Amino acid sequence: MEKIGVYVCHCGTNIAGTVDVQEVAEWAAARLKHRGVVVGREYKFMCSSLGQELIEKDIKELGLTRVVVAACSPHLHENTFRTACKRAGLNPYLCELVSIREQVSWVHTDKDMATAKAMAVVSGGVERVLHHEALEPLKVSIHPDTLVVGGGIAGIQAALEIADAGYKVYLVEREPSIGGHMAQFDKTFPTLDCAACILTPKMVQAGTHPNIELLTWSEVEKVDGYVGNFSVTIRKKSRYVKTDLCTGCGICWEKCPKKVVDDVFEAGMGTRKAIYTPFAQAVPRYPVIDRANCTYYIKGTCKACEKFCPTSAIDFNQEDEIITVNVGNIVLATGYETFDAHRMAQYGYGRLPNVLTSIEFERMCNASGPTNGEILLRDGKSKPKAVGIVHCVGSRDKNYNEYCSVICCMQGLKFAHLVHERTGAEVYNFYIDMRTPFKGYEEFYQRVLEEGTHFIRGKVAEINDAPRTPEEQGKLIAQVEDTLVGVQMRIPLDMVILSVALEPRHDAKETAKRFGLSCSADGWFIEKHPKLDPVATMTEGILIAGCVQGPKDIPASVAQGAAAAARALGKIHAKEIALEPVRASVIEEKCSGCRICNGLCPFNAISFHEERMVTEINAALCQGCGTCVAACPAGAITGTGFSNEQIFAQIEGLLLLNVGEEPVPA
Amino acid sequence: MNNNETFDPVIIGFTCNWCSYRAADLAGTSRTKYPHNIRLIRLMCSGRLDPTFVFKALANGADGVMITGCHPGECHYLEQNYKALRRFHLLRRTLKGLGVEPERVKLVWASAAEGKKFATEVGSFVEEIRALGPLNWYRSNGRSPDDSGPTSHEPAPDLKEVPA
Repeated sequence: MEKIGVYVCHCGTNIAGTVDVQEVAEWAAARLKHRGVVVGREYKFMCSSLGQELIEKDIKELGLTRVVVAACSPHLHENTFRTACKRAGLNPYLCELVSIREQVSWVHTDKDMATAKAMAVVSGGVERVLHHEALEPLKVSIHPDTLVVGGGIAGIQAALEIADAGYKVYLVEREPSIGGHMAQFDKTFPTLDCAACILTPKMVQAGTHPNIELLTWSEVEKVDGYVGNFSVTIRKKSRYVKTDLCTGCGICWEKCPKKVVDDVFEAGMGTRKAIYTPFAQAVPRYPVIDRANCTYYIKGTCKACEKFCPTSAIDFNQEDEIITVNVGNIVLATGYETFDAHRMAQYGYGRLPNVLTSIEFERMCNASGPTNGEILLRDGKSKPKAVGIVHCVGSRDKNYNEYCSVICCMQGLKFAHLVHERTGAEVYNFYIDMRTPFKGYEEFYQRVLEEGTHFIRGKVAEINDAPRTPEEQGKLIAQVEDTLVGVQMRIPLDMVILSVALEPRHDAKETAKRFGLSCSADGWFIEKHPKLDPVATMTEGILIAGCVQGPKDIPASVAQGAAAAARALGKIHAKEIALEPVRASVIEEKCSGCRICNGLCPFNAISFHEERMVTEINAALCQGCGTCVAACPAGAITGTGFSNEQIFAQIEGLLLLNVGEEPVPA
Repeated sequence: MNNNETFDPVIIGFTCNWCSYRAADLAGTSRTKYPHNIRLIRLMCSGRLDPTFVFKALANGADGVMITGCHPGECHYLEQNYKALRRFHLLRRTLKGLGVEPERVKLVWASAAEGKKFATEVGSFVEEIRALGPLNWYRSNGRSPDDSGPTSHEPAPDLKEVPA
């Protein structure tokens, strides 16, 4: 007969505060004795080394053959207790961790009820563990190449770290150049480094690194496979430029007669040509033809670029190219988009010309931007005398996004400093709370305070152009309550900058689905653990870095890029990874060859053996969902770890108490 | 146990490892309270749900079964939750044929981010089952719980009365 040990964790008071752990342990030892429970113990922290030693000692001394731990979610500590069993010589898969914290003590308040439910949960675990099998983890090899999606600072950092370690990286970017949002900025807080000065060397490094294959103007279409062995289909959109011939000399965009408003890089503040690179330091230097705006594609004549190209690199008939790459790990660093300020009509964006978004202002400040770095009103010549910066536009607002966009306070301070420095104008920061954590940020805040920027604590109610007094004539008026003083104010301004929220990419959901990830309610990708595993995801082999995980500033994005790279490198270096042996397999003698299961597998793991007339399952392709197991009318398919016997036993165990509660007369 | 006000139903919940189980975890970590009546079983996917699991649960004393999975289009295994959906409809029809209220089985989609939704759904389902009253299937089957498998072994003599 099996010998089972039951261990109930207090988790400090997290569990013991709501569940009578001692009663549960004693009950299991007494009431489940006939099921093989030989010992029931409770301990303050089962996951501590002393707690684990308790299990190890019992395995050795009492000869336990199964272990049930009632503690937290298996997503947190299943591995901890399996490893403890393994150390004591017990197959790790003969251990069952049942959750009485997330599923009992943290969600219930009545102690008697919670204790009774904990007993039921333990009983379910005991019945289930009796049907566990000794298993060996599946070992799969790790392909040494890595795919990084998104060429912003987080993606660039991840790609460089991996490439520097000596492994190949495919860096995919959907715009014509890498650089991301950081390339659009002028200065970076709190040091006021010029963004281009610190970013462009990294871009060049990524562009010339022998281990990095840049795939710009490209998008991932499909991802197949699993950790270590992904096969990724990438669409290289046609640039209509032969990159092997193009030297990036720039004659084509100089000669192109068609000017187009650049809504992407210049945020609508400047223009580009129909054949273009988004900015002067673009990496790679090859241009793309914007087919929707190119005169040749519209009217059938022009071809100025082709005529002047010294290397005959223009190819109007180029078609999209589909390539497939095999990689072992994937880093997603697809970043963010900014909140559409039109949605807050009270701020007049789109109607009042001198109301700008933060990205538009960044472009205006940038020395290589549309005004060569001069801060000017929309008339293109006059400098503002009073500038208002509105914080939290679309963030910390139940109507739009409840979260804090993290960067706006520091960005607002940076703008205040730049306006001061370049125009001498009065600057008003309208904030809800000033948030300046991290190194050097608070000091920067003090500096801007000393420069004489006005700080008004209050959410701006409205920006309008309806004057009530002669001073307000021709001005924008910010209607705001200074909540520290408790007075309503009308502040006349020449320019208003809206610190717009960072939002998930509009297609974040589709991207998540393509890579098998999930999004939070806000739309950011969900990490494996918010504190202890911020760059891993629930899908093994897929890592996330930068703003795709949530709003963050440049230092944090770089740190995550490097962290994701370290994670990928660890796996590449280990050459193989152990996977949960949760797989389906066919018991041939039971298979009638009915083929009901054949159409159910989305991973093509199920095939039919025509000669033997039985179904076969390819363990390497099987992902372990168990849909075929549930469908087989003959019960010929078993799913390790989640067999029918295990589930049936767990149901019986969970319901033991209420059946036992009121014995039925025979 | 005789009238619906004091009736404390027992519900078995099947959860998907990737979404609803994590929603339950999230409800826990954010301390969102819900009734104690539900006991969860983790599956890798709602597609693993064999309808016999539901019958087994009802036959062994559960008053209701909640099946949970990823939202349509968000299945971790691409499309297996649609198979769960098909089975769910078939299951309800079969239950009706057997004279059991089909409302005793409920299908809920909950993503890993929806801890609150998970808790709310449990709360409302408990009330729905409470309104339906106890199922007592194992009794009406004329079966004693003591001949239904592992639990049949002699119970310990000092068996304590524990509330469900």
